[in-house]
Amino acid sequence: MTTQSGTTEVQGEPSRAEAREGFDEITILWISEGMSCDGDTVSLTAAGQPSIEDVVLGLIPGLPKVNLVNKVLSPSLGGEDFLAPYRAAARGELEPFILVIEGSIPNQNIIEGDGYWTSFGNHPDTGEPQTLNEWIDDLAPRAWAVVAAGTCATFGGIHAMAGNPTGCMGLADYLGWDFKARSGLPVVNVPGCPIQPENFMETLVWVLQHAAGGAPPPPLDHMLRPQWLFGKTVHEGCDRAAYYEQADFARDYNSPKCQVKVGCWGPVVNCNVPKRGWMAGIGGCPNVGGICIGCTMPSFPDAFMPFMDEPPGGTLSTMVIRPYGAVIRRLRGLTNDMVNHEPRWRHNKRKLTSGYDPHWRA
Amino acid sequence: MTTTESRPTERKPAQLVDMSWDPITRIIGNLGIYTKIDFANREVVECHSTSSLFRGYSVFMKGKDPRDAGFITSRICGICGDNHTTCSNYAQQMAYGVKPPKLAEHITNLGEAAEYIFDHTIFQDNLVFVDFCEAMVKATNPGVLARAERTAAPRGDIHGYRTIADIMKAFNPFEGEVYKEALKVSRITREMFCLMEGRHVHPSTLYPGGVGTMPQPNTFTDYLSRLMRVIDFIKKAVAMNDDVFDFFYEALPGYEEVGKRRILLGCWGAFQNPDVVDYRYATMNEWGRAMYVTPGVIVDGQLVTNNLIDINLGLRIMLGSSFYEDWVNEEPFVTHDPLGNPVDMRHPWNQTTVPVPQKRDFEGNYSWVMSPRWYHPATGEHLALDTGGGPLARLWSTALSGLVDTPYVKATGGAIRITLPRGEKLPETTLEWRIPKWSNTLERDRARPYFIAYAAAMALQFLDEAMGMLRNGDTKVYENFEVPDESIGCGFHEAVRGVLSHHLVIRDKKIANYHPYPPTPWNASPRDIYGTPGPYEDAVQGQPIFEENGPDDFKGVDIMRTVRSFDPCLPCGVHMYMGKGKTLTTVHSPTYGANHG
Repeated sequence: MTTQSGTTEVQGEPSRAEAREGFDEITILWISEGMSCDGDTVSLTAAGQPSIEDVVLGLIPGLPKVNLVNKVLSPSLGGEDFLAPYRAAARGELEPFILVIEGSIPNQNIIEGDGYWTSFGNHPDTGEPQTLNEWIDDLAPRAWAVVAAGTCATFGGIHAMAGNPTGCMGLADYLGWDFKARSGLPVVNVPGCPIQPENFMETLVWVLQHAAGGAPPPPLDHMLRPQWLFGKTVHEGCDRAAYYEQADFARDYNSPKCQVKVGCWGPVVNCNVPKRGWMAGIGGCPNVGGICIGCTMPSFPDAFMPFMDEPPGGTLSTMVIRPYGAVIRRLRGLTNDMVNHEPRWRHNKRKLTSGYDPHWRA
Repeated sequence: MTTTESRPTERKPAQLVDMSWDPITRIIGNLGIYTKIDFANREVVECHSTSSLFRGYSVFMKGKDPRDAGFITSRICGICGDNHTTCSNYAQQMAYGVKPPKLAEHITNLGEAAEYIFDHTIFQDNLVFVDFCEAMVKATNPGVLARAERTAAPRGDIHGYRTIADIMKAFNPFEGEVYKEALKVSRITREMFCLMEGRHVHPSTLYPGGVGTMPQPNTFTDYLSRLMRVIDFIKKAVAMNDDVFDFFYEALPGYEEVGKRRILLGCWGAFQNPDVVDYRYATMNEWGRAMYVTPGVIVDGQLVTNNLIDINLGLRIMLGSSFYEDWVNEEPFVTHDPLGNPVDMRHPWNQTTVPVPQKRDFEGNYSWVMSPRWYHPATGEHLALDTGGGPLARLWSTALSGLVDTPYVKATGGAIRITLPRGEKLPETTLEWRIPKWSNTLERDRARPYFIAYAAAMALQFLDEAMGMLRNGDTKVYENFEVPDESIGCGFHEAVRGVLSHHLVIRDKKIANYHPYPPTPWNASPRDIYGTPGPYEDAVQGQPIFEENGPDDFKGVDIMRTVRSFDPCLPCGVHMYMGKGKTLTTVHSPTYGANHG
């Protein structure tokens, strides 16, 4: 086509050096046999934007055909029938696949002698429980992409708190933070305890669009989280934040005001839940009266405990804002009172006092 | 018991085959089932179930602030975490001596009602019913499917399906109409849940002492409008389930033997009555009996007790097959309960968890889970109670006690009447659940949709009362408290799949001991020190096989139906095993990726 007007021709290729053919079909191998509660799988089923069945049934344009293998949703009766695709992938006979890990990764190295913390099926040769660690070692190097679903898999989470007996950790701690899957993507971390349903689906869809060749890789931050989801704090999206600015703090949980003095860590936690709600815009945490306990964070839970006490930094910051907030609140109160009055010319008397003059010219 | 032509009346020489399924799909957590099946006589002669996960909640909670317990224990379970938070807050409220405002109880009850409706719906329609769907029945009992195609559905005027096979088709995974609608309904009901508890699975607005949920008019009207959107779906679900399960009894005479076990049911009660509950141990019997789901221990169909104090004192945590050191020689934490009754060393209050990871030895220790039992004072037995998957025990216990008498739900001794209001298409409907003859697979599954109706009906009452309080300006939802230096507490609740209790000991304002006992250890416990098997094994062992396939293409659907009827939720962990299984593989539809056998 000619480009007389100086417009450039629209490229049919993605604007990246590593332009490649996309996949028409891809399998998602989901393993929730980390130390998990399966809460991330359950949360996934709560997403409606898009829903998992929309993805599986091919109702989202621009995605490859998706074969989802997930224990909770699998129509299989279980056992080797269910494990077949995992076995095939471990043998290198199933490509491409996305490996999703749910749950903390235990440290098998601290066990002396035989024993295991968590397993997924039995080893075909020995009949002994096949540990999660063995599965990860087999599958991660062959995976086109590796996704950690939920805070347990991303950073270790609850089961990795101080005093834990299993020595567990997150997936990137286990594989190495410089791990790269076949696509060149590092571990894609979607934290949350559990994952916010739509956050996860949105990330998965981006990875799938990338797999189809129709999108660049999703932008991740230094903790390998999707930047656009975890780039702001809870406080920056919280509808109670204005109370903070006015230094108007809840003293217990009966109050609709800012909860920073009763345990909320929102000002320093990377998470979009108050802005987005929990599902379809409903629910959330501090916006609906639940303190933010930092469940998306690498330092969760220890840095935030005891949850119901004021965060140490909150004492200073609320003291600093107190004089400003007090003045602003009063000034706003005065102005608010003023704008709560109608102008004088709205009346039912016999004379118009609005200032209207039919002969007035500009 | 009637026999069928497919079931031999005389015993033939056994033809034993090892069959195993590990992991089991369509449940929460990891579970394996190992069986020996006698194909000559078409029955399961031995069953062991195994799960392999240890996370150590009771280990890492020691020394933490007790107020954190509800937030932490929610993470035990990813489908009913809120049940743990609620139960933990009950236990903490006892320990701190605090009673939440009444409105907080209504909000908690509404949240829990939404959880029951959501969880039972997704489990029944998207997980359990795959075993009863057209695709599965075609692969396991083609004769039954043919009959289903010829059988008119008796309740078709309610649910709109002409034949039993039409209902079965509607449950085909990812394609069937009801399967897809159930996923959507499970989202609407989770929105209801989020209105009360902030977010689903791990709630954000539940605290010891009350809730942080802001009671505004729309908090309740948003909930009500969603509830009314699913009310007809619930009526239809009950009708469809009744049609399919009645048909199974009819098409496969003797199916009542599948998953049947001695009637040993436990229910710890749900939905506090805000007017009665004060969380004091001394009055626990009174407020326990005032709950809107009545606690009870049922043995051979008789109510043994509905007194939560008796229930609490009868708890025994046994070892025998588990990867732990015994604690029997440790110092007890609690020698007597607050009323002066002696507390056993095997009671959760006195338990110390010392994990010892080791090789799975099916002759010795093979489990990460202990064996909860209930000590029957009259007989001296340590009973392996089951929960019937939750709904069966809840309905049975509530019916027998006959205490619940509310505008929408009435317990009548032998039955429970549930009235649901008019919906978009269906009129006001009164359902009646009657105590069944058996504690078996089909009755566990049948009870589930009835309990969905029960929870929906109770929610209507809680809404009425909560909105009444709100309109009267009574909006307090949280009560302050001090954490005492030393205290004990226990909470009793019903998780979705059955009994749940939390046991807490506080010393120096810190957790000295914390042991949650969810339903799955009860249902899936390993053989205890006396050799008593857990309910899964017990229910599967000795059950007949109705599947038409032989050993070569055997799917084990009857066994899976039994296991799933208990609503397994394994993060709370179990582990049993026997035998070296010859593993079975089958081929499934490639849509789900299982085509690489």
